[in-house]
Amino acid sequence: MAAQNNNRLNIHVQGWLLALPAVVLLAAFTYIPAIKTVFDSLFATPLGTKPAPFVGLAQYRTLSADPIFWRALHNNLVFALITVPLAVGCALGMALWVNGKVRGRAALRLAFFTPTILPMVAAANIWLFFYTQDYGLLNKIGRALGFASVNWLGDPATALPALMAVTVWKEAGFFMIFYLAALQQVPPDLYEAARMENAGRWQVFRRITWPLVMPTTLFVGINALINAFRVVDQVIAMTGGGPDNATTLLLFYIYQVAFSFWDLGYAAALSVVLLTALAAVALAQFFLLDRKIHYR
Amino acid sequence: MNKLARIAAATAAAVTLGVSAAQATEITFYYPIAVGGPITKIVDGYVEAFQKKHPDITVKPVYTGSYQDSIVKAMTAAKAGNAPDVAVLLSTDMFTLIDNELIEPIDKLATADADKNWIKAFYPAFMENSQAQGHTWGIPFQRSTIVQYWNKDAFKAAGLDPDKAPKTWDEMVAFGKKLTKKDGSGHVSQWGVEIPSSGFPYWLFQALTTQNGAILANQDGTKVAYNDPKVVEAAQFFADLSMKDEVMPKGIIDWGTTPKDFFEGKTAIMWTTTGNLTNVRKNAKFAFGVGAMPSKMRGGSPTGGGNIYIFKTADKAKQAAAVELARFLTTPELAADWGIATGYVATRADAWETPAMKKYAEEFPPAIVARDQLKEAVAELSTHDNQRVTKALNDALQAILTGAKQAKPALDQAQAEATRLLIGYQKQN
Repeated sequence: MAAQNNNRLNIHVQGWLLALPAVVLLAAFTYIPAIKTVFDSLFATPLGTKPAPFVGLAQYRTLSADPIFWRALHNNLVFALITVPLAVGCALGMALWVNGKVRGRAALRLAFFTPTILPMVAAANIWLFFYTQDYGLLNKIGRALGFASVNWLGDPATALPALMAVTVWKEAGFFMIFYLAALQQVPPDLYEAARMENAGRWQVFRRITWPLVMPTTLFVGINALINAFRVVDQVIAMTGGGPDNATTLLLFYIYQVAFSFWDLGYAAALSVVLLTALAAVALAQFFLLDRKIHYR
Repeated sequence: MNKLARIAAATAAAVTLGVSAAQATEITFYYPIAVGGPITKIVDGYVEAFQKKHPDITVKPVYTGSYQDSIVKAMTAAKAGNAPDVAVLLSTDMFTLIDNELIEPIDKLATADADKNWIKAFYPAFMENSQAQGHTWGIPFQRSTIVQYWNKDAFKAAGLDPDKAPKTWDEMVAFGKKLTKKDGSGHVSQWGVEIPSSGFPYWLFQALTTQNGAILANQDGTKVAYNDPKVVEAAQFFADLSMKDEVMPKGIIDWGTTPKDFFEGKTAIMWTTTGNLTNVRKNAKFAFGVGAMPSKMRGGSPTGGGNIYIFKTADKAKQAAAVELARFLTTPELAADWGIATGYVATRADAWETPAMKKYAEEFPPAIVARDQLKEAVAELSTHDNQRVTKALNDALQAILTGAKQAKPALDQAQAEATRLLIGYQKQN
């Protein structure tokens, strides 16, 4: 009896020991900082060596009256709503294409995947050249076709879409890999059966492929959405948030408030809002979409 | 490896001199790089020369990236109790550093008569961004002003005198109209002028406000005059250059690509820092000129660039060593050498009397333009809570330049925001 108890205890200890590295790392770099951020957001930022005064929810009241915060939130929502479906759609399209029997398949796959390998700042610099007014690549092509020269990054109307294009280009190739793996998991007999039933291409996609890659779509979708709220490199490298905050996204604004303005209390409050939004998105996706997804 | 070698060398030097290594004072020196070229090597060379002269001091030079990276590193290191002893940071960071109680006034540390002369040796225009609350907080090190560069070939082709840059705002517009070339479909192949407006438009805009007779902030950094009628007028002129006169590209003009636009012949005149002088000299494939800013009510430009700051520490030996390094880095000879190597304006009049500088100025007269402009230069916009107060102006300017807002309401809004941010500091004083 005692031996059995001892055994059970051993298993528990063993289990915790195995989980320990992960628990320590997650706690040190995720949970404790997250909790501390919530705590910090209740204090004002002191000057110099004075202690931080407790201000309760004042930071959040400032936040609700801060036009740049609302602008950043709005920009970020637009950014997510447009880049996520586009990146996921492109990824699936590309995967379907390079999964079939096409000539130069390996080269195509490599070409689609290349943007993922590039560091974001390098990619942003390449695109800076594309977007340059007058002698940039896009404007050269546009002019050859008879369009007027556009100041892509210098006009509030086109600056955010220009950043979105870079993001979609950068992410689609990465997500394609997941779809490619998913497509190869779809049992070929289903397609054979469909062929015998004379099903059209669209029907095959609609009834077989799409439902069977749904778990991947969920995974990719969540990742894309989270990435959309984590965008900061391209903003720093390409626009610095301008013109007039047209490309200021939440994370960039947090960086600016924390490390340009040194208002750490307010930055903490902004971070809490971002964390809450991300957690809500993840939870909603897991609970609402999970039921409609076919895991076999 | 390099560091090891240096430590070994320092130890060896200490031993030969009969000084034990434990007695050597070690100080950390942060410096940014904001212009092209092999700058780290030059700085390391200065540090080595300093250590040779002061074997009892070991300097650890740390390259900290851009100005923005450098202040972030210095502030976070200070918050972790590990501040550098001496650092080169933006002159406009002065109030931020004072408010965070990170720096020591230099006039309190260097009190000998020779020190008073040292502090007085620098151009007064540069010292405006070094002094506040009755103290001197920064020693000018790498400083600049805005100048205009013009393409002499383009001037000739447009029927203008290639040796004369526009001297007034009106001339700038008139020249610009002659220099702007449009093809049949209305596409512009060459613009008259480019004044960059990305990132920190306030700096270039401050040249316009200065010329229009306005001063953007008070010396104590507690008040700004963003919606002064002269400032509104200057903003309107800035926007009109692209929207009404059509001599400048519409929308935001990128700071980083403006020199490239100039080299490519996309613009005949550009406004940028004197720090770009060496860059332009190397890359312009045509004859170019460098001129002082045009004038409206007066000429003038804000200064820019970085100062040397001494950080607070309880260790008096370190502080004395830091001041010694600051003295060494700003001797006339070194100021001259640094100016020649980078294109920054040598910070004191006697630096221009050194043989090396005389020779350089003779060979390359454009180098003198920025110095001569110092007579009309004003302090760069700098206030308490500097980055945020400046951002209000930057946002307003970008809204005006992209046509999203009218000049007056945009600047009224910026003024309201800046006043809200500064009100706490006004009560303090």
